[in-house]
Amino acid sequence: MKILVCVKQVPDTNEVKIDPVKGTLIREGVPSILNPDDANALEAALAIKDNDPNVKVSVLTMGPPQACEMLRECLSMGADDAYLLSDRAFGGADTWSTSNTLAAGIRKIGEVDIIFAGRQAIDGDTAQVGPQTAQRLDIPVVTYVQHVEVIGNKVVVQRQMEDGYELIEVSTPCLLTAVKELNEPRFMSIYNIVDACSKEITIWGHEDIKLSPENCGLKASPTQVFRSFTPPTKGKGEMLNGTAAEMSKNLVSKLKGLHVI
Amino acid sequence: MSVRVIVEKCKGCSICVKCCPFSAIDMENKIAVIGDACTGCGVCVDECPFDAIEKTEDHVKKDLSEYKGVWVFAEQREGKLMPVVIELLGEAKKLAAEIGTDVSAVVCGDEVDALTHELFAYGADKVYQAVHPELKNYRTDAYTKVIEEAINRYKPEIILLGATHIGRDLGPCLAVRCDTGLTADCTKLEIDPDDKKIRQTRPAFGGNLMATIICPNHRPQMSTVRPGVMDKAEYVAGREGVAIRLDVNFKEDEIRTKIIKIVKEAGELASLTDAEFIVSGGLGLGNPEGFELLKKLADKLGGTIGSSRACVDSGWIDHSYQVGQTGTTVKPKIYFACGISGAIQHLAGMQSSDYIIAINKNENAPIFEVADYGIVGDLYEVIPAILEEL
Ligand SMILES: Cc1cc2nc3c(=O)[nH]c(=O)nc-3n(C[C@H](O)[C@H](O)[C@H](O)COP(=O)(O)OP(=O)(O)OC[C@H]3O[C@@H](n4cnc5c(N)ncnc54)[C@H](O)[C@@H]3O)c2cc1C
Ligand SMILES: Nc1ncnc2c1ncn2[C@@H]1O[C@H](COP(=O)(O)O)[C@@H](O)[C@H]1O
Repeated sequence: MKILVCVKQVPDTNEVKIDPVKGTLIREGVPSILNPDDANALEAALAIKDNDPNVKVSVLTMGPPQACEMLRECLSMGADDAYLLSDRAFGGADTWSTSNTLAAGIRKIGEVDIIFAGRQAIDGDTAQVGPQTAQRLDIPVVTYVQHVEVIGNKVVVQRQMEDGYELIEVSTPCLLTAVKELNEPRFMSIYNIVDACSKEITIWGHEDIKLSPENCGLKASPTQVFRSFTPPTKGKGEMLNGTAAEMSKNLVSKLKGLHVI
Repeated sequence: MSVRVIVEKCKGCSICVKCCPFSAIDMENKIAVIGDACTGCGVCVDECPFDAIEKTEDHVKKDLSEYKGVWVFAEQREGKLMPVVIELLGEAKKLAAEIGTDVSAVVCGDEVDALTHELFAYGADKVYQAVHPELKNYRTDAYTKVIEEAINRYKPEIILLGATHIGRDLGPCLAVRCDTGLTADCTKLEIDPDDKKIRQTRPAFGGNLMATIICPNHRPQMSTVRPGVMDKAEYVAGREGVAIRLDVNFKEDEIRTKIIKIVKEAGELASLTDAEFIVSGGLGLGNPEGFELLKKLADKLGGTIGSSRACVDSGWIDHSYQVGQTGTTVKPKIYFACGISGAIQHLAGMQSSDYIIAINKNENAPIFEVADYGIVGDLYEVIPAILEEL
């Protein structure tokens, strides 16, 4: 069985700071990490491999050359091989273009049984690339997967809903997007780290995956960023003083005065 | 004149290879490749069952002016409209008025008559109905097919879907099938006064940045909208509209997933988006039992409890109570943040509450930056004192 995991290198949004003067994002010094949901996706694939040595796990990303670092991390967790789609032409892609490029890369990689993606990437939080890639490959998709069981060529998954879950059966090939409740990602292992250093990462540009530049990146993206800005903050209100009893009394009388309670 | 294979659409069926009068087409890696012998006669363009070959010179862009009207995906579960649908209708009304067009709802299910009347009452001028036993519960393939066909036939200009677990599954699939853009999780929609196109604003980078997105050259313009953000449409009893039945039929194996069962997690579902008062707790509670104290205050006010993600991650409370970027967006009359530090991802989900009251031991906690009233103190002393006063 072949499993492919779509992974993305993202800035750690917990560490992103806003320049208080310019009101812009300070990306300098912000560490790049493997997108958290993608770590769950990779763990799910590796767990299947743990139970069946015939399973091969590949990781695929579209990104700049430095995404190789993240791919090495994936190899060190136990992935067998890694593919990087990297080309100037891929830059500025929205989810339409990203899924188009990933699908072209997956076609070139060849037959895969299960594709895992993260539910969403923390830089954009769109949760669109997984289902869109599945549409382009014309394979069934289940999003928000919180539990997976492979039974022959069938996969039984729990799809997380707001108020519970659905138990869904789907045949391979299929694409599943992982939520963090799916599992606890493993750490890199020393053995794999050594191994990962010697592994070749396959790098492809637009010609390798037979996409013309006008079907990639910003050029092909139907959506465009019109402007971006820092969210206006609500501004600090009033700090109450006194003992707990005094502050509570004060608070309740203020709220009553405002007719909100 | 020349022809070109649209690689994304090519299914590798090789019909074009056989039909080409000049033997100019070969298959490479299951994709048709047009070779030097091509004369651009265009036979293959007509023969390809997947529209995967196009003539490049006559490549016409979609005629955007054909697309009219604002559509709302009327998501139902167990025969009931999701609350976000009513918010979408409220927003759709505003957008439609600015463009000078009408509002339609698309509803899929096994029985939709009652829902149709409800949609009219909430302001839909038209309701497109897809009725079939297979549409009772949401499944990606079934809903995508039916709505894609409706879009291609009736050509809406704008489509709004709720950013629910269903809307965020359906939206991306529709956008690719209809070859258009989709903006996720919008918190604000506006019409550009000049060109009447939609501007979609959404948080990015974990709420640190807002981005306004446009989709200038493709139709429909599609957005998923965060539940709990837009104002609800008004209910006008007896309001009528036009119902339009869609043709629905499925081939065998066309719906490729099977629902074995639907499991509702025990316990009440937190209806955070509807609550007027939310008493939310964070790690500062110290233990899961702390929520019992918060519940007392919530009950007294007629509201509900909520939570930061840290408590959900610690297993103290169900995910459905989580407020924030990866939880629910709320805007109650009053939001009590008790023992919550105020991380940006949390603020992203509660900042537009009418009044925010923060109770935190640490006077430097960022939550105070957004609080209307701040109380520095131990929540286990302050909340009982508030209960006394009420
Ligand atoms: C991709 C991503 C998405 C996220 N999405 C969300 C989200 O949707 N929602 C969300 O909430 N978080 C989210 N987070 C997590 C977020 O970054 C914070 O980690 C989280 O909100 C912190 O929760 P907390 O405030 O309860 O805990 P802490 O940050 O530990 O804060 C506890 C607070 O309680 C105070 N305190 C302690 N004891 C008492 C007492 N007795 N009385 C009063 N105060 C006391 C402390 O001073 C402290 O300020 C996300 C993170 C990431 C990376
Ligand atoms: N550039 C990329 N390379 C590989 N996978 C990606 C890329 N962008 C998104 N994905 C996958 O799609 C998921 C959803 O991303 P998004 O739609 O951006 O929220 C991610 O968790 C990844 O698994």
